[in-house]
Amino acid sequence: MIKQIHLAAHFPGVNNTTVWSDPRAGSHIEFSSFAHMARTAERAKFDFLFLAEGLRLREQNGKIYDLDVMGRPDTFTVLAALAAVTDRLGLAGTINSTFNEPYEVARQFATLDHLSGGRAAWNVVTSWDAFTGENFRRGGYLPQEARYDRARTFLATAFELFDSWHGDEIVADKASGVFLADATAGRSFHKDLFFDINGRFNVPRSPQGRPVIFQAGDSDEGREFAASSADAIFSRHGTLEEGQKFYADVKGRLARYGRTPDELLILPAATFVLGGTDAEAAERAREVRRQQVSGATAIAFLEQVWNRDLSGYDPDGPLPEVDPVVGEHTVARGRASVRMHRDPLAVAAQWRALAAERRLSIRELIIEVTGRQTFVGSPATVAAAINDLVQADASDGFILVPHITPGGLDEFAGTVVPLLQERGVFRTDYKGSTLREHLGLAPL
Amino acid sequence: MHLSVALDGTGWHPAAWREERARPAELFTARYWADIVAEAERGLLDFVTIEDGFTVQSSRADQVTGRLDAVLISARVAPLTRHIGLIPTVVVTHTEPFHISKAIATLDYASNGRAGVRVRVSASTEEAALFGRRGPLPGSELLAEAADYVEVVLRLWDSWEDDAEIRDVATGRFVDRDKLHYIDFAGRFFSVKGPSITPRPPQGQPVVAALGHGPGAHRLIGQVADIGFVTPRTADHARDIVAGIQTDRPVHVFADLVVFLGSTPGEAARRQARMDERAGYAYTGDATAFTGTPAQLAGLLVQWQRAGLSGFRLRPGAIPDDLEAITRGVVPELQRRGAFRTAYEAGTLRERLGLGRPASRYAWSRS
Repeated sequence: MIKQIHLAAHFPGVNNTTVWSDPRAGSHIEFSSFAHMARTAERAKFDFLFLAEGLRLREQNGKIYDLDVMGRPDTFTVLAALAAVTDRLGLAGTINSTFNEPYEVARQFATLDHLSGGRAAWNVVTSWDAFTGENFRRGGYLPQEARYDRARTFLATAFELFDSWHGDEIVADKASGVFLADATAGRSFHKDLFFDINGRFNVPRSPQGRPVIFQAGDSDEGREFAASSADAIFSRHGTLEEGQKFYADVKGRLARYGRTPDELLILPAATFVLGGTDAEAAERAREVRRQQVSGATAIAFLEQVWNRDLSGYDPDGPLPEVDPVVGEHTVARGRASVRMHRDPLAVAAQWRALAAERRLSIRELIIEVTGRQTFVGSPATVAAAINDLVQADASDGFILVPHITPGGLDEFAGTVVPLLQERGVFRTDYKGSTLREHLGLAPL
Repeated sequence: MHLSVALDGTGWHPAAWREERARPAELFTARYWADIVAEAERGLLDFVTIEDGFTVQSSRADQVTGRLDAVLISARVAPLTRHIGLIPTVVVTHTEPFHISKAIATLDYASNGRAGVRVRVSASTEEAALFGRRGPLPGSELLAEAADYVEVVLRLWDSWEDDAEIRDVATGRFVDRDKLHYIDFAGRFFSVKGPSITPRPPQGQPVVAALGHGPGAHRLIGQVADIGFVTPRTADHARDIVAGIQTDRPVHVFADLVVFLGSTPGEAARRQARMDERAGYAYTGDATAFTGTPAQLAGLLVQWQRAGLSGFRLRPGAIPDDLEAITRGVVPELQRRGAFRTAYEAGTLRERLGLGRPASRYAWSRS
């Protein structure tokens, strides 16, 4: 059985993957940039557009990090505006369960689903850091181990609110004067350790019933959370072996919750660089890597592992002889990747060995070790690679992360998508109108 | 004269949804809101406001129940309109100033400088119970918290100077971080660090509005609002209210009126009576109701404006009937009297209101 591929576009994020120095790089905040990318994705019949989240500007060495693209819109607001310039494209927003209230978020997603005719999706993320909490009433009060507890109960509470309307209450019969068949529609009670909600939800049932639910965490807890309640996972495992392992693991957890494998889609993030030939693409990819890792960015990356100020070092020179500082305190704040370097001394030893063996400068080393290019090649090569990974159960499709705003998806849409369509593995037109339908999920 | 309409469901009368041309079954669709905001724009109005709240409007099965988030409705119609200002209502008592600041900034980007926000406090026990964070605060505390809230929102809008984004390839810097500012707000109700994650919006500071019925709310208007919506009973009363709003900043005072219009005074009265009968009671609200012809209303507006009002926010009793009577009846009457624009000029909502574009407070403090 040949699988159909799901494709989505990730609006380029606020990290060094996004190249702002290129002459083609446009605004990251003007609405026209969002509209451009959404329209491209819709023309290419993509499943959805995806927006990430970051609720505090990143810092390094106690200062606002100034080397990457910065500045984002409010997720709900920009997605609601995009609903006006698209008809079918799913609209997925990342919304934190720590710095929001379930009643308000449920209302915003139900509204977005109404205003888009059933195209809303919610990527539920958790957070605990006090650093981000400084921007909010609640502050960073949540102990790390409680974040999934809160996320689970936040989502359960939101589901109760979505389900408090069944969809048949509004009669609006002018002659008889009956607006509502059930005068208690929306009635909800919820009380637990985190939330105490009592009243009526004031948004009637939306076209999809509730937004499509995404989950992005990779920990055991995160996978379990996804298996229990998500419709799709936004993962990092885009290679064949890692992807298959992750895919089998997560899909294997579904039976425990009475769910079948097709009820949860695995969609890794993927970058791409295209060229007329494979060789041309490889050359372009090298250039993109140099744009992504400027000398200043290389030093900043190194500081995140060394956990100390390395501003005096020459990015075109050798690695520092001093060792990383090991400890709880980190020079970089508001950045998830830093927590991935669990053993900085081991990483430093590895990098030194690599740099010595290949005679790499700091910048060359960072270009080498932080490479995140998933697909590089001619359109035919990339189309084949995507299809192979999906058919081999390494994923159900990909969330593509272009490195240029707003035109970074145009070439992919114009060259790779037609090839996938020719192979019969990607839709040539939308069959349904809701995102659940695009994703092949049964109606609720 | 500045003229706006307050949009709420099928209109302000609780039985408006039963009028022949009402579209109650479409209240939760984008098309409905796109159509009525487009009608307001055809009438060259300054802006629309969109009501909001977290609770259901009524516990009665014969009245409209449920509403969509007003900020998102505004965002949904922003790309479909070109000139009209969009001012959603936001309940400040139960929301995060950080989220709302970036939401309104984003609305300002999506509308090319036509965004505003009407801040509303909530003393309702029912509304508080939907959050469960705390019980309702007393009125004076609610207003004090609202003042802090607006202060935080304004500081966040200012927290990126206009030219903070530099894209300096030579040094690898995307922003000049000296032009990004912590707002370091610490008040009795909350603390917010900043800066915003959203760059400074096109208007610098989108328009802030508030509705007030008494001295406490009028004080808040004088303190933080660009536009105050007030509810005078007569022209003299309007004059007293305007005089009572103490401020050292330009503040536009708009009078709110609920309007029931008809081609003759009798028809207008019959329409209102029909809706009252269907509701089972004579509708009265916080604002004075006007019942009559578009020409009569235009005359009253011109007369009341002399009391020092900048303009009016008309609340259509029923939509679309009273909305169209405003855009196709009242507006031409005002134009005939030379009291209202005959075309939109290019520009932002602030510019239309003569408010100018404020520099970031942090740019001032730095230089």
